Amino acid sequence: MRERGPADARLLVVDDNKVNRLLLARQLELAGHRAATAENGRVALEMLRREPFDLVLLDMEMPEMDGFQVLEQMVGDLALRDVPVIVTSSLEGIDSVVRCIGLGAEDYLHKPVNPVLLKARLSASLEKKRLRDRQKELMRRFATPEVEKDLETSGFALGGKRVEATVMFVDIRGFTTLAESQPPEETIELLNTYYTLMFDAIAGHGGVVSLMIGDGLMVIFGAPVPLPGHAEAAVRAALEMVETMALFSVERTAAGKAPLKIGIGIASGTMVAGYVGTNERATYTCVGDVVNVASRLESHTKAAQRPILIDAATRAALGERVPVEPLGPVEVKGRAAPVEAFAVVALSSSA
Amino acid sequence: MTDPAIDVATFRSLQEAAGAEFVAELVGTFLDEAPRMTGQLAAALAAGDEEMFRRAAHSLKSNSMTFGAMALEALARGLELDARDVVKAGDPGALVALAAEQQRVAAALKELRDA
Repeated sequence: MRERGPADARLLVVDDNKVNRLLLARQLELAGHRAATAENGRVALEMLRREPFDLVLLDMEMPEMDGFQVLEQMVGDLALRDVPVIVTSSLEGIDSVVRCIGLGAEDYLHKPVNPVLLKARLSASLEKKRLRDRQKELMRRFATPEVEKDLETSGFALGGKRVEATVMFVDIRGFTTLAESQPPEETIELLNTYYTLMFDAIAGHGGVVSLMIGDGLMVIFGAPVPLPGHAEAAVRAALEMVETMALFSVERTAAGKAPLKIGIGIASGTMVAGYVGTNERATYTCVGDVVNVASRLESHTKAAQRPILIDAATRAALGERVPVEPLGPVEVKGRAAPVEAFAVVALSSSA
Repeated sequence: MTDPAIDVATFRSLQEAAGAEFVAELVGTFLDEAPRMTGQLAAALAAGDEEMFRRAAHSLKSNSMTFGAMALEALARGLELDARDVVKAGDPGALVALAAEQQRVAAALKELRDA
């Protein structure tokens, strides 16, 4: 959403009374804002769902759908519940004021609305809205849409819950050597292209990027939002990622640059997923033995000379839909017992 | 002598806040809308529709406040607060004083607007 100056907000005036509607809109325009009007709650909600507004001035007494119903609907709607509402009403009694505030209204102005008071309340509300928008924007940049949505619906709480999911580790083979052989600017550009290609394949199959470290990625399929067929989704994403990198390497080779290869490790099972960190700085991730196995399998792709390695649980979930090659039990770092590993047969690339 | 239908100070400050030209238009809107509101009051009374009656009285009260029509505001507020009893009694006589005051307000507003 575009940043707006304090006196250039888009406001919606909702009032069934034409005189009130015209007068309020006029006052807003004189204060430098743009105002649209709606003559009842139903029309207002239609407009709110169709186009973005920075603030709503809402009358309570209206035919068809009154202000209380509008407030209730807005609170229940993720896209609308952060739009500030200032109630403008001449309802008798304090009860209705209390009820409005209880339903999430930001402020209450008695009609006829005093222009000076209106201006003051408007700038306070719009400033708060701007701060909230900025926070949401930051969130969009640093969290995945799924995590953002989970935070919006469930709120933020450190701690995890047990989930059935699939976890994937990815990194670029020989990245350190590559990074040393070229200027850092070129490496950053390469990483950005790489991440763009990987994120596209991951998101396309419902994966959530949990961690990015250098050229390494940790991806969860099945949390925070449950994903039916998470194991297969992860494998399909992996195949697409390997294929994409093969195409990208063709381009690079044509430009006289070294090809890029990635290694992917995948494991499925029960893990604990949730927010880890402090209340100030936290990330959505998952922990558990399954996570270690996936990470170790990814490390093992180099020795195995295969781009995609999966564990037995992931393999079992695939059935016969994706061809795999059993590698038998492999010794992986940091685990006493060997891990039964399977190589997914990538169609257009070899490790 | 009776009180003026419109409190001139309120009307002037409305003109200052919103602009005289705009207020002239707004008076026109009110003159169009007010008979509709009193019509709704009468219809609601005849139909025994308390909700509609209260809403129409509320709307009329709200506009009266905007223009400084103090006596009309008081009458409309009385009807809004007593909506249940008034509708239950169903006596059209309850609207007589309001209708008369509204005539007076309309005349006063036209005069102020055209001044």
